[in-house]
Amino acid sequence: MSAISDSAVIARRNLIRMGRIPEMLIFGLIQPIMFVVLFTYVFGGSIQVGSSNSTQAYREFLMAGIFAQTVTFATAGAGAGIADDMHKGLIDRFRSLPMARGAVLTGRTIADLVQTALTLVVLAVVAVIVGWRTHENFGKVLAGFALLLLFGYAFSWIGALIGLSVRTPEAATSGGLIWLFPLTFISNAFVDANLMPSFLRHIAEWNPFSAVVQACRELFGNLPPGFETPDAWPMQHPVWASLIWSVVIILVFRTLAVRKYRRATG
Amino acid sequence: MPSAIYAEGLVKSFGDVRALDGVDLDVPEGTVLGLLGPNGAGKTTTVRCLTTLLRPDRGRAVVAGIDVLKQPDAVRRSIGLSGQFAAVDEYLTGRENLQMVGQLYQMRAKAAKERAAELLEQFHLTDAADRPTKTYSGGMRRRLDLAAALVVSPPVMFMDEPTTGLDPRNRQQLWEVIKQLVSGGTTLLLTTQYLEEADHLAHEIAVVDHGRVIAQGTSDQLKARTGGERVEVVVHEREHIQAAAEVLTGFGKGEVTVEDHMRKLTAPVTGGAKLLAEVIRELDTRGIEIDDIGLRRPTLDDVFLSLTGHVAEVKDEENGKGAVQ
Repeated sequence: MSAISDSAVIARRNLIRMGRIPEMLIFGLIQPIMFVVLFTYVFGGSIQVGSSNSTQAYREFLMAGIFAQTVTFATAGAGAGIADDMHKGLIDRFRSLPMARGAVLTGRTIADLVQTALTLVVLAVVAVIVGWRTHENFGKVLAGFALLLLFGYAFSWIGALIGLSVRTPEAATSGGLIWLFPLTFISNAFVDANLMPSFLRHIAEWNPFSAVVQACRELFGNLPPGFETPDAWPMQHPVWASLIWSVVIILVFRTLAVRKYRRATG
Repeated sequence: MPSAIYAEGLVKSFGDVRALDGVDLDVPEGTVLGLLGPNGAGKTTTVRCLTTLLRPDRGRAVVAGIDVLKQPDAVRRSIGLSGQFAAVDEYLTGRENLQMVGQLYQMRAKAAKERAAELLEQFHLTDAADRPTKTYSGGMRRRLDLAAALVVSPPVMFMDEPTTGLDPRNRQQLWEVIKQLVSGGTTLLLTTQYLEEADHLAHEIAVVDHGRVIAQGTSDQLKARTGGERVEVVVHEREHIQAAAEVLTGFGKGEVTVEDHMRKLTAPVTGGAKLLAEVIRELDTRGIEIDDIGLRRPTLDDVFLSLTGHVAEVKDEENGKGAVQ
């Protein structure tokens, strides 16, 4: 029981901090908004998706990709936050208290989840302003966002492990970001993966990130006209694939991170 | 009296560095042990092992009657730790910090809130209670940190260099708080680099160097080991040094040391103030003019010097902090 209440106490602490350092939230928003605007207006007319190269088709195609990228980029924040905590005296206080051992990390990832949700709300509003529309019922759209949050939550555990493995918060930020670029670009997020060379196409189709993007496109009704869904299993069953990937990532990285945290106690 | 803190043969290495090389400690209930030594001597590492923050490679430790290695969680319920780096969240207010710590000690939210208010009052932080702690002065942060360690009034407290970096006024204030605490029956292990601090607060002092306890006893016992009192004379004129040395040899209980350039002579004596008066009279009779004379009792600085062969200098070394290796 104390695992839940302790995590809640730590999550609350991180949310209070977030409210007192609002620039963190604001900077976290600027980058995805920039991506929405740049991709929509710069690439919008020249990227073919499915059988269409209309600006509107690309706009709707793009948003699931940007949303998914945004939730994974929260990884860097989680990592930096934990790396920062680990080098402050406060972590000694936590470790000398009779609290659940994983709570420092769980509380952090829950706070990050709240931050990600806030970011998604703002981003969705911006997306609607630039012309993004959904074509499915409200329940499905909501399910799409829930899937994004779950995936983002899973990734914050990767961030936690990175944060525990590096020496400085700066290293956690860059270490949390570099691998996200290939992960999010060698995928179906920004272009139709069917048009990639076959080697990259296979990677893109099995990329967990692509599964989430594909699932959201289905749930939002954003698949472009004439789009051929690839035969790979995760592309055919993207919701299941996203759920499985998320759960696997949480199980593996949570275990590793909690173990690493405990080991840091000597 | 039963031991509140007991350690036997604690060994801890970081790579090639042997931070602890067999530390033995025994602190009876309700007493204060001062762990004295320079940076890098192993003080902080000892505290970290005893407070479950670090697992020793070898040895045994029992705190509040509980085996530290076998039941770390039970130990955590019975101890309070106040570190050398004020361990509070700088973006949370003082009140929020204390409430959070209370809840993590498994108090209910309401009880934690009440306890926080009590402690803020007790530590004179009520006015600043609802400001983020990054706006606090160094002394206020230390007080808050100490308050956080006292949330559940633990029977055993550890304080790692509680006053390092504080100005004399704040140090004095913190000492008063610590004395009050101890008078309530709490057992305290306190590390310090300040000999004066150990002298002031501790019932017993353990001198640590190179990961070992090299001497232990009351302040007076340690001083006695270094030798008793001495008479120190500074003569006015250089040519009187010889004559003064003869006088001191007559009264002294050992060799007279002379620091020529300071015109200072020192001799071990017994007999206290009465003897001092006799020395002054004798010097006067012989027409030896003096600038200064005094009876000097050994300080803990002398103790440290005679025990370790070096003064308690502050070396900038790793001291077992390394949260993530």
